Amino acid sequence: MKLKWWIIGLLIALAVTLISPLASPWPDGLERVAEDKGFIEHAQDAPYEIIPDYVFPGISNEAVATILAGIVGTLIVFGLAYGLGAMLKRREAT
Amino acid sequence: MHIPDGFVNIPVAAATYVASGGSLAYAVRRTNEELGEKQVPLMGVMGAFIFAAQMLNFPVAGGTSGHLIGGALATILLGPWAGMLIMTSVLVVQALIFQDGGLVALGANVFNMGVVACLVGHYLFTWLKRLLGEGTQGTVIGGFVAAWASVVAAAIACALELAISGTSALAVALPAMTIVHVLIGVGEGLITVAVLVFLTATRRDLLQFRLS
Repeated sequence: MKLKWWIIGLLIALAVTLISPLASPWPDGLERVAEDKGFIEHAQDAPYEIIPDYVFPGISNEAVATILAGIVGTLIVFGLAYGLGAMLKRREAT
Repeated sequence: MHIPDGFVNIPVAAATYVASGGSLAYAVRRTNEELGEKQVPLMGVMGAFIFAAQMLNFPVAGGTSGHLIGGALATILLGPWAGMLIMTSVLVVQALIFQDGGLVALGANVFNMGVVACLVGHYLFTWLKRLLGEGTQGTVIGGFVAAWASVVAAAIACALELAISGTSALAVALPAMTIVHVLIGVGEGLITVAVLVFLTATRRDLLQFRLS
């Protein structure tokens, strides 16, 4: 069976999450500036946490927890953006 | 450059919520007029890819990292309006589920990385494409410059919000944010061009909406 192109696209996105444990742990541009310029302490903690720091809670292996967080997020965003598109798409004239 | 809560004050948060909300309402209307059947799954795939790619921080100079934003990429493939909706999907999920970017600051993050990045990417890409022609050269150069500039523009918008909020003086935040994102933007440009070249080689038909 030939896979639909968008399933291949989704699989590529999921494959990207497999290398997410290799991501640089260094602070990003805004965090770096906030640290260097002394306003990082203004940052407030979130009022609740579900999957903080892209590490799925309750899993001791951090690489596995990171990949799992990535897979969960990738699938949720896929569903959300796909759903928005399906809802908003142009009505074809019949 | 996801802004956490505490970096923007309430007036700035409210103003950016309103600006983002207005932009999204317009984006919904335009998408409703323009989005074809085939682009529906592409919206999902783009959102998925951008979320995943945003997890991949790459090192830039001096103990600093950056990651793809993806606003220019989504815009080049689907237009700025669908692009904004894709970026908003990514940013909302990151804020609500991953605690990346604050809830109060969500309007500012959507404004910077959704609205500003998509519009800057859109206008620069369209302009350069017209200037350089329809071939691969226009796609590569236009894609790189549009992606790079979208990051720098988002960083400038972020610096302005920090300054207006009184978090950091403009004379401090603006040059600091701009310089670091001039570097991070190079990564954005390279990833964006790599995806465009890959799609040009494999699924040219998906690009016809905007590339030919």
